[in-house]
Amino acid sequence: MTVETPIVQLQQVSKHYGGVHAVDDISLDIHHGEFFSLLGASGCGKTTLLRMLAGFETPTKGRILIDGQDMTAVPAYDRPVNMMFQSYALFPHMCVADNIAYGLKREGMNKQQQVERVREMMALVKIEQYAQRKPHQLSGGQRQRVALARALARQPKILLLDEPLGALDKKLREETQFELVNLQARLKTTFIVVTHDQEEAMTMSSRIALINAGRIEQLDTPRRIYEFPATRYAAGFIGLANLLTARVVSQQDDIVTLYSDQLGCEFNVSHGQPLATDAEVSIIIRPEKIQVTQRSDNAVNQLKGIIKEIAYLGDVSIYYAEIAPGIRIKFTQSNVQPLAEQPISWDQEVTLTWSAYSCGILSQ
Amino acid sequence: MNGVMKRLTRLATTARQYVPALIAAIPMIWLLLLFVLPLLFVVKMSLSEARLGLPPYYDLIRSIEDGIVTIQINFSNYMILAQDSLYVSALLGSLKIATVSTLLCILIGYPMAYAIANAPRHWRTPLLMLVILPFWTSFLIRAYAWIGILKNNGLLNNMLMSIGVIDEPLNILYTQWAVFIGDTYTYLPFFILPLYASLLKLDHSLLEAAADLGAKPITQFFTVTLPQTTPGIIAGSMLVFIPTMGEFIIPDLLGGPDVLMLGKMMWIEFFNNKDWPVASALTVVLLVALIIPFVLMQNYEQLDHGDNDR
Repeated sequence: MTVETPIVQLQQVSKHYGGVHAVDDISLDIHHGEFFSLLGASGCGKTTLLRMLAGFETPTKGRILIDGQDMTAVPAYDRPVNMMFQSYALFPHMCVADNIAYGLKREGMNKQQQVERVREMMALVKIEQYAQRKPHQLSGGQRQRVALARALARQPKILLLDEPLGALDKKLREETQFELVNLQARLKTTFIVVTHDQEEAMTMSSRIALINAGRIEQLDTPRRIYEFPATRYAAGFIGLANLLTARVVSQQDDIVTLYSDQLGCEFNVSHGQPLATDAEVSIIIRPEKIQVTQRSDNAVNQLKGIIKEIAYLGDVSIYYAEIAPGIRIKFTQSNVQPLAEQPISWDQEVTLTWSAYSCGILSQ
Repeated sequence: MNGVMKRLTRLATTARQYVPALIAAIPMIWLLLLFVLPLLFVVKMSLSEARLGLPPYYDLIRSIEDGIVTIQINFSNYMILAQDSLYVSALLGSLKIATVSTLLCILIGYPMAYAIANAPRHWRTPLLMLVILPFWTSFLIRAYAWIGILKNNGLLNNMLMSIGVIDEPLNILYTQWAVFIGDTYTYLPFFILPLYASLLKLDHSLLEAAADLGAKPITQFFTVTLPQTTPGIIAGSMLVFIPTMGEFIIPDLLGGPDVLMLGKMMWIEFFNNKDWPVASALTVVLLVALIIPFVLMQNYEQLDHGDNDR
């Protein structure tokens, strides 16, 4: 059995600016046809990583292999990758068709084929009618499509997208997310996206590398990153999370029993890895996993709280319950009936509970 | 009391509306008094007839008798300009020298502006200062200095002969080559400054996009940098071309008698021949010759502004 070479291999790549480690010893394999996201807060090093793949920055240390070939020292213009810039970087003095044909001309493609490919690309992103317009005569959404068509025209092995939806308004962004996913599925080109928007990364990607301070915090599928965050940072960055500090009491099979001195109650959490007894860990519970119960028997995974804030978001409401002075728990409830009386109101005492299998333990 | 306050406020509001107009009016009046009005005098003079005496021309308005005003307009000065090949060759000479000097400024100034704009940030201001530094010395002295450099046993020839490049001194001074050199030297900063500004504005992500799409640095330059800085090249070229067309001192000091240029012809007509009307006609012709490229540039700039409005 042969193992396919990953399309991108980063081998212990670092990039230092003076004393700042923008990218700090990252190793990463990205496979053919993946829709891969580099997700992180601004300044985490994700853009530097993308620019190193494009060839605009050279790594201080480490190697970058694309399709098995060492590209570390290859200049941008000789790499089989193309990039869609955050600012789109369309050539202002060229019309849409010339912008798209720019890369084809550099390849030395003949005129007839160029015209053919440009037409094909414009059809792909549905901008045929704007062929002769200059970039400044287009709307933001149209420009984004031109940038996409231009980057795809050379049929790159990898398409790099730097915050591809960052400049679009919310509605257009949501539509374009799905278009990008469909496009990628059709072309089977490897897409590598840089984004700071966790929702965007979740919707589009096959895998996400969550980056923090130049390192990979967690590398996994969107679902696994959400349901099983590896670290407190990952838990906080993606989605809403409640973190409770507790002490490991005992572990039996895959159920860990913990005790919180502060809250004075016991928790059961499903966890595969062995944990040291008495270790201080965090329990993570996602807000939608929490239920309001009528029972109140001080059982495990049960907390009493007083509702302090309610955020009505339309589809759901987020409730903030104070379970101890200064400690609040967020939980969500779907708003199933439009005008039904809110089942929970301010200052009401509620009992919250969740299953041992819908929460997790974070030791980092 | 209240009514007075209201009226005062209203007055202040009205006054404020006129402030922009007032500010604009000051340079307008200045231009009107010191440019348009004298220019009209020159136009008037160019249409009058020369005579011996002071002033050395007849007034257009000849006589006012019985309420009848006789105005005699005389186009013969322009006819002289068209007929005498001396003036035509002076115009062509000016055009040639201005064109060559402008081209030399582009060839020398573009790399300089490019180098300064792409130098490390803390180097840019000192380098730019070096470009402007010659202005600290009088223009006349700098022009004279070129005589010392270019003359047959001057700095340049002596140096070239001592290192054995040439055996005979090059005859540069008092030829058009000296004028090319002098004009290019003098007006180079005027070309570099607008181009530098244009190069600084260049969006570097465009160059990265070009590289990403397979353009090597030289192709990036010709397909992105050059078209994006064309407005700067045009503005700089105008700042060189327009003054060199009418330049007097440089051709007079460095060019010698054989270099015919409009500026020199004007001087000769005004001060040597005392033919003010022909000199004025020459001035008007020069002005018209300069307005044409200027209007072309304006049109280009408007196109360009249209391009940049987002």
